[in-house]
Amino acid sequence: MNAAPHREWHRHTPRQSLLRFAMNLAIAMAVVWAATGLDIYWPFLLDAPPTVVDLAARMLPPDWAFFDNIVDPMIETINIATLGTLLALFLACPVAVIAARNTTPNVVTFWLGRLIVVSSRSVNELVWGLIMVVFFGPGALAGVAAIALRSVGFTAKLLAEAIEEIDRGQVEAIEATGANRPLVFFYAIVPQIMPAFWGVTVFRWDINIRQSSVIGLVGAGGIGLVLNSAMNMFRWDQVTVILIAVFAVVLVSEAVSATLRARYT
Amino acid sequence: MSTPAPSVPGAGSPRHVWRRPQFVDNPWLRWGILLGLAAYLVYASTAVDMNLQRMLRGLPRAREFLALMFPPDFGRWELLSSGVLESLQMAVFSTAVGSLLSIPVAIGAASNVAPRPFYVLCRGWISISRTFPEVIIAIFFVKAFGFGPFAGVLTLTVATTGFLGKMLAEDIEDIDRGQVEAIEATGAGWGKTLLYGVFPQVMPRLVGLVVYQLDINLRESTIIGIVGAGGIGGALFNSFLRYEYDFSLAILLVIIGLVLVAEWASGEIRSRVT
Repeated sequence: MNAAPHREWHRHTPRQSLLRFAMNLAIAMAVVWAATGLDIYWPFLLDAPPTVVDLAARMLPPDWAFFDNIVDPMIETINIATLGTLLALFLACPVAVIAARNTTPNVVTFWLGRLIVVSSRSVNELVWGLIMVVFFGPGALAGVAAIALRSVGFTAKLLAEAIEEIDRGQVEAIEATGANRPLVFFYAIVPQIMPAFWGVTVFRWDINIRQSSVIGLVGAGGIGLVLNSAMNMFRWDQVTVILIAVFAVVLVSEAVSATLRARYT
Repeated sequence: MSTPAPSVPGAGSPRHVWRRPQFVDNPWLRWGILLGLAAYLVYASTAVDMNLQRMLRGLPRAREFLALMFPPDFGRWELLSSGVLESLQMAVFSTAVGSLLSIPVAIGAASNVAPRPFYVLCRGWISISRTFPEVIIAIFFVKAFGFGPFAGVLTLTVATTGFLGKMLAEDIEDIDRGQVEAIEATGAGWGKTLLYGVFPQVMPRLVGLVVYQLDINLRESTIIGIVGAGGIGGALFNSFLRYEYDFSLAILLVIIGLVLVAEWASGEIRSRVT
């Protein structure tokens, strides 16, 4: 009595197949819900190719004479990014120390550190920009503050992780010499996180160059302001020049950051 | 050299004092860097007009702003929830479409499977769509297609093809050649090799990346409304323009909550699939 004369191989057990089917169905339903819920007039999609062609025609050729007008805003953008990064580092160091499990004085400071990290990170730089423009008025100062506040969380988080991953041995060695807490910090912990510190700095600077090209849209200085006014005046040939400049600066900063990080960290 | 250099500076001298090793060994370079940094700070802070006076003048305004912000006003929760819903839908839909589109882009941008001209084209697309911040892409689509979620969906879709395309292309480049050769040895063509030799190897990573991308898109979908591309960002921007800071705070709290939940969920799912 052979109940199963030949058994067929299946990739999934029936249970697995059912689970996979259910998950695929759930995903499909989510996508359908999203597509039908959106207030989009779909025939617009048919208009898309001619619109893009039309736009491209207006953008070309670039108005190179406009280049002179964007040099200063571009330098301002780079300054905003750099100053914002430096300010963020300054603010992030104490936050990192209290947000790392092994250096935080107590539970309250630990959660305070985490709270600062989370609130800084989960608010976009444009929103920080909006708030800082209220504080300082439109201009580059608001931009620097926005970039700094946005970067504090990211920088402090990575630094805190670096502090948590240090080698205990060196700390114990310094402690064994009778050193007090600040001395232990500066002689055992700081040297160990230095490479991470510079790596994070350069990495964040690179991100900030890109982000500070945008914050001008909410009045926080830099090239974004020029971009916005060029678009509002439908000077698409000037927009092309600005976009090319942003593209070039971002590429250069990315290359600089990658080279520095590869060499020193 | 006959005499080996002493391993500790000053080790030969009668009183040997230990000095903390510096991050940059060469003193000229070290002081040069510090001096350069100080000079830059002075130049840049004057260039952006960053002085103490201006900062101090901001303080009373900050206090006023905070006073207006509290307590958060959830009174217009209908506007709030419809905006958040729109953001969610934009994120889900554009992640789905963008992921599908990013597969051909990734294949084209993987040097080990794509023909050369196609490779250059796809890499170019990836670097253009990744270099520009989402918000710039968004203004662009808003000007081209008008205000609303359509511009937002296009923005997030383009951003998805850039990021996901790049990550997936790198995964395809890292695959095990052996499996590909095994499929090729059965006489399979380019398409079948891709389907049976390449895809099974990158599938788990792809699922993880799509979930991560959904997390990123959700984050961005709450912001691009500031330039008119749909979602809750528009309501946020308007509340700032109308000085309704208590409503702004309500929106911000909801966005932060959403972002945190998405980050946690995406982390959980990714740690399970990969």
